[in-house]
Amino acid sequence: MREINLICINCPLGCPLVVEMEGKEVLKVTGNTCKRGEIYGRKEVTDPTRIVTSTVRVKGSKEKTVPVKTSKDIPKDKIFSCVTALKEVEVEAPIYMGDIILENVADTGINIIATKNVYSG
Amino acid sequence: MKAYDIVIIGGGPAGLAAAISAKKAGIESILILERDQELGGILNQCIHNGFGLHIFQEELTGPEYADRYIRQVKALNIEYQLNTMVMEISRDKLVTVMNREEGLFQIQAKAVVLAMGCRERSRGALNIPGFRPAGIFSAGTAQRLVNREGYLPGREVVILGSGDIGLIMARRMTLEGAKVKVVAELMPYSGGLKRNIVQCLDDFGIPLKLSHTVVDIKGKKRLESVTLARVDEKGKPVLGTEEEYSCDTLLLSVGLIPENELSVSMGVEMDSVTSGPRVNESLETSIPGVFACGNVLHVHDLVDFVSEEAALAGKCAALHVLRKEDEGKLAEIFPEEKENIRLVAGEGIRYTVPAVINIGRMEEELKVRFRVGSVYKNAFITVYFDEEEVFRKKKLILAPGEMEEVELTKEKLEEFPRLSQIILRIEEK
Ligand SMILES: Cc1cc2nc3c(=O)[nH]c(=O)nc-3n(C[C@H](O)[C@H](O)[C@H](O)COP(=O)(O)OP(=O)(O)OC[C@H]3O[C@@H](n4cnc5c(N)ncnc54)[C@H](O)[C@@H]3O)c2cc1C
Ligand code: SF4
Repeated sequence: MREINLICINCPLGCPLVVEMEGKEVLKVTGNTCKRGEIYGRKEVTDPTRIVTSTVRVKGSKEKTVPVKTSKDIPKDKIFSCVTALKEVEVEAPIYMGDIILENVADTGINIIATKNVYSG
Repeated sequence: MKAYDIVIIGGGPAGLAAAISAKKAGIESILILERDQELGGILNQCIHNGFGLHIFQEELTGPEYADRYIRQVKALNIEYQLNTMVMEISRDKLVTVMNREEGLFQIQAKAVVLAMGCRERSRGALNIPGFRPAGIFSAGTAQRLVNREGYLPGREVVILGSGDIGLIMARRMTLEGAKVKVVAELMPYSGGLKRNIVQCLDDFGIPLKLSHTVVDIKGKKRLESVTLARVDEKGKPVLGTEEEYSCDTLLLSVGLIPENELSVSMGVEMDSVTSGPRVNESLETSIPGVFACGNVLHVHDLVDFVSEEAALAGKCAALHVLRKEDEGKLAEIFPEEKENIRLVAGEGIRYTVPAVINIGRMEEELKVRFRVGSVYKNAFITVYFDEEEVFRKKKLILAPGEMEEVELTKEKLEEFPRLSQIILRIEEK
């Protein structure tokens, strides 16, 4: 059996969680004050994911960059390959919020989309 | 000379929400003045997500959140002028502005909404004498350089202060390829959100040293190293606890301060705790017809509350203009002027916004926002009308970094016709 220590991030209380695991299975979550802590603890040890936000370079605009994000959360261990892939990308203005900037980033099946309008000129 | 019913100073989230609600309250003639080249304020550089959970029940990035309001401003045909800096506002609401095309000119307003936001504290953060080499930035400046200019200001980074902007930048610079060695916080607790500590520091193995400060910096032209030391309860560095970190960049994230040069020079009465104007239930300053909202009023950590507060300021500015136009019509809305009731920040409370309430003018419900002075566990927020306790709520945790609120109702206040003050207190049992 393994014990993993986490801090619940769902409210300012920040309960210290202890997740007991056997292999890949969660036996029990303790230290949480409410149900949300247990849900978070289970997900965080079995399938931790994050929304990743960054910027990519833009050509043909007063703006130098366009902010972007993953359209859904991606596995935590893919964060670095995701931003590394974005370093190679340069896009041409105009770009509109929601435009797909890069498909299937780092083989996650998730697209990178623009989060701001960047006009040309 | 140009004239508008309502002139709004600043086109950030506060200015945008104020304009939208003033328009919806029936004012046609509104102008937003913004010194930057686009609307949206500081949100344009906050590319991370986590905005709007409260209002939209979804997690937006800063630019996405701003866009929701910019779209409304455009759809409602509200006028705005970009690249236009407000230089001065007189007591009788003559606004002096400057831009490239028109030079210096003046606009007469019937009501003014102050929405200039805040800036970062920097002076006094580094309590060490001597020369400052290149490589020392405020976290917000670094945020603009990385996110807007696409320029990484350094490779090896130490961050002083664990405010949210510092934490967000620790992650951002790490993802951009820099090595963030440590975040040092003077206080025994972090001022940042738990979520940011976990997702910006713990995710990347960046250590957070509480009760630590910078005691020395080295480097002639460019920063070469920063020395941290532990501090005792009084905030004094403890000898022998020094640790030197080689680095080329030091980010300061030591708090925000409302941007109130304009308010001060026009003679608005200020609150020494918030560094913002003192306002009443209508978010009106000591000068009638001048309103304030957002970070210029008091520093907010969640933009959702900025938008909510600004909507009230915009509506009240609209009512002010309507009252001037038709005293009779307004007599219905504000039946009578009553004595002001003072709001007092009692034990544990640093300040309240508003600072005074006129029941005659208040809406059915009024949110009083405040901050506590230190961390409390299992304590009670209490409200007293003079001596009588009227509200008590248990909180598992209260922290200076989290703005709190209580709601007062007109109905309850009217039960106390001779009320002179309302006192908020934190009680530990
Ligand atoms: C660097 C930084 C990062 C932040 N990050 C976050 C975050 O991640 N999450 C969060 O919830 N909050 C964050 N905040 C707090 C954030 O400021 C508020 O949530 C919100 O943006 C405040 O809205 P506002 O309209 O009051 O101020 P602002 O967004 O600052 O807007 C004020 C506007 O007024 C304009 N202005 C000022 N003076 C003049 C003048 N004289 N003439 C014309 N225009 C003028 C400015 O250019 C600006 O556009 C951050 C603040 C700063 C300073
Ligand atoms: S477990 Fe519940 S109470 Fe504790 S931090 Fe998480 S959400 Fe807050």
